[in-house]
Amino acid sequence: MDLSSINPVLLFASLMVAATPILLAAIGELAVERAGVLNLGVEGMMITGAVCGFIVAVNTGSPWLGFVGAAVGGAMLALLFGLLTQVLLSNQVATGLALTLFGLGLSALMGQGYIGIKAPGFPDWHIPLLGDIPVIGPIVFQHDPMVYMGLALVGAVWAFLKYSRTGLILRAVGENHEAAHALGYHVIRVRVLAIMFGGACAGLGGAYLSLVRVPQWTEGMTAGAGWIALAIVVFASWKPARLLLGAYLFGGVTVLQLNLQAAGLAIPVEYLSMSPYLATIAVLVIMRAGRAPGSLGQSFHASR
Amino acid sequence: MTMKSVLAGATLALGLSTGAFAQDTTKVGFIYVGPVGDGGWSYEHNQGRLALEEHFGDAVETVFVESVPEGADAERVLTQMALQGADLIFTTSFGYMDPTLNVAAKFPDVKFEHATGFKRADNLSTYSARFYEGRAVQGHIAGQMTESNIVGYIGSFPIPEVIRGINSAYIHAKAVNPDVEFKVVWAYTWFDPAKEAEAATVLIEQGADVILQHTDSTAPQAAAQAAGNVITFGQASDMAAFAPLPRVSSIIDNWSPYYIARTQAVIDGTWTSTDTWDGIGPGMVKIGEISDAVPADVKASAEALRDAIASGEYHPFTGPLNKQDGSVWLADGETADDGTLAGMNFYVEGLSGVIPQ
Repeated sequence: MDLSSINPVLLFASLMVAATPILLAAIGELAVERAGVLNLGVEGMMITGAVCGFIVAVNTGSPWLGFVGAAVGGAMLALLFGLLTQVLLSNQVATGLALTLFGLGLSALMGQGYIGIKAPGFPDWHIPLLGDIPVIGPIVFQHDPMVYMGLALVGAVWAFLKYSRTGLILRAVGENHEAAHALGYHVIRVRVLAIMFGGACAGLGGAYLSLVRVPQWTEGMTAGAGWIALAIVVFASWKPARLLLGAYLFGGVTVLQLNLQAAGLAIPVEYLSMSPYLATIAVLVIMRAGRAPGSLGQSFHASR
Repeated sequence: MTMKSVLAGATLALGLSTGAFAQDTTKVGFIYVGPVGDGGWSYEHNQGRLALEEHFGDAVETVFVESVPEGADAERVLTQMALQGADLIFTTSFGYMDPTLNVAAKFPDVKFEHATGFKRADNLSTYSARFYEGRAVQGHIAGQMTESNIVGYIGSFPIPEVIRGINSAYIHAKAVNPDVEFKVVWAYTWFDPAKEAEAATVLIEQGADVILQHTDSTAPQAAAQAAGNVITFGQASDMAAFAPLPRVSSIIDNWSPYYIARTQAVIDGTWTSTDTWDGIGPGMVKIGEISDAVPADVKASAEALRDAIASGEYHPFTGPLNKQDGSVWLADGETADDGTLAGMNFYVEGLSGVIPQ
């Protein structure tokens, strides 16, 4: 065993990158669930975002436009979910699962002509001055813009939910949709907008995989990241700050276990492979899971 | 419409359908562990299926199901295929071994072919390619190209086929570069681009400047390209999109001749249960073009090694070779027998780390 071959600076830098797709998808789902909607289709929206982003980026040559396309693609698929569950009042769990299956199939179809093609490059930002600080510079200030975008989004959602009036309305809708309706808020509209925001975030997370992390299109490339994002939302007890911790913990242990393997640590690989899931669950459970939004997963209709 | 004409129509339809049966298209099924668009393992099996359609035209109908999980799902898919009238079914991943065996027992009239496994029955053949022959050539190139003397290896599952590859690559890297060291990471997946990319990145961060992969996607190639100064080899498919750098060569699985021969045997009624294990010589394993990034002398000696293996004059596992614990495995000049190779569960001397059990 040679632990000295693990470079902690590179480890922490990799951690931020590995956590970003999950973080993006999870923060979107958090907003959706705070509005009282359980969308299990995160995986489907991620993979659709991954392929939409890839197609747009390849055809325009601009990864930025690719991310915009991914957000639009994810939001469109989410809108379908919104129509089914909010207007037609279908079961949210079943519809969400169907959305995942649909997204996987749709993305495979859309991606037919894009297999084996390379995405346009998405260079890291080497932030002047800050990026030159020893140790902290390479860890925190030399990533691609989407890493910071994910962090900014977490901060924005946190501030939105905590301080803004619209955020308060969204939470009211999620806690008790009948009371919110009685106060005159448009429950369905708020929820559909939240669902579309969640879809856009999931799309960005997927596109981060296809445009930055991998970076190319392969069918089924999200490989379960959407489900992890869903789990992190629950274990983070619907709080943005804990969600950030959960995503980084998961990303961190994922990268760490590969590092330990490469360094030849004599712990059976099976334990190392399950460690990201165990560590994330353990820490977030120890921090005590909070209460779920009161109306989570329930359909709303003004007549009832 | 009178009852008479209905009956006449039904008789006609019956006549037509028996006519179609008499013409007898042979139905060949395939199940894949990944999507056909993985650019590697499943992609090449699907190329074999397409070659089958092209070769036989209308005489053969093919069906396939992709991304079938190894285990109970595979059994369901196989049963479904057999019920739909498949005459011959290829199951193309190691983990389909027991499901294939179970379904083969239920459908004695359907012929089954399982790739890379070792359990056979009267209607179940096995077939595999001697990928370790290609790994020998990769090791030979890797040992000479590495400057850090660290070669990273992304393993999928600790099964004999993968361990053979690691051993073969290591032996031939060590032969040309005594200082070479292998770092093995087990991804526990055949196909997960994000995880494969992460594994490659970790190995590169730990100093590897050559990445060998036994997983199916091209993500490690992309990771190596992003890192720069790292060379890779295409796995299962040529992965030529990444040539000349980082991909300097590749192992290509060429299943078409085997699939055509076996389907022909079913049509002729000469199919019997066999165990096929072919290498570079018969063309089941091909070495993808060695790119110009490899120095000319290294390229020449790698091609000489390839040709020596193809002609059978050299065996990649030729003694003296010791096991990892130092005990003697092969005496000087002795070559490994297929039985030992098929069940290989040990590292050779010099490799560090423990094979997960």
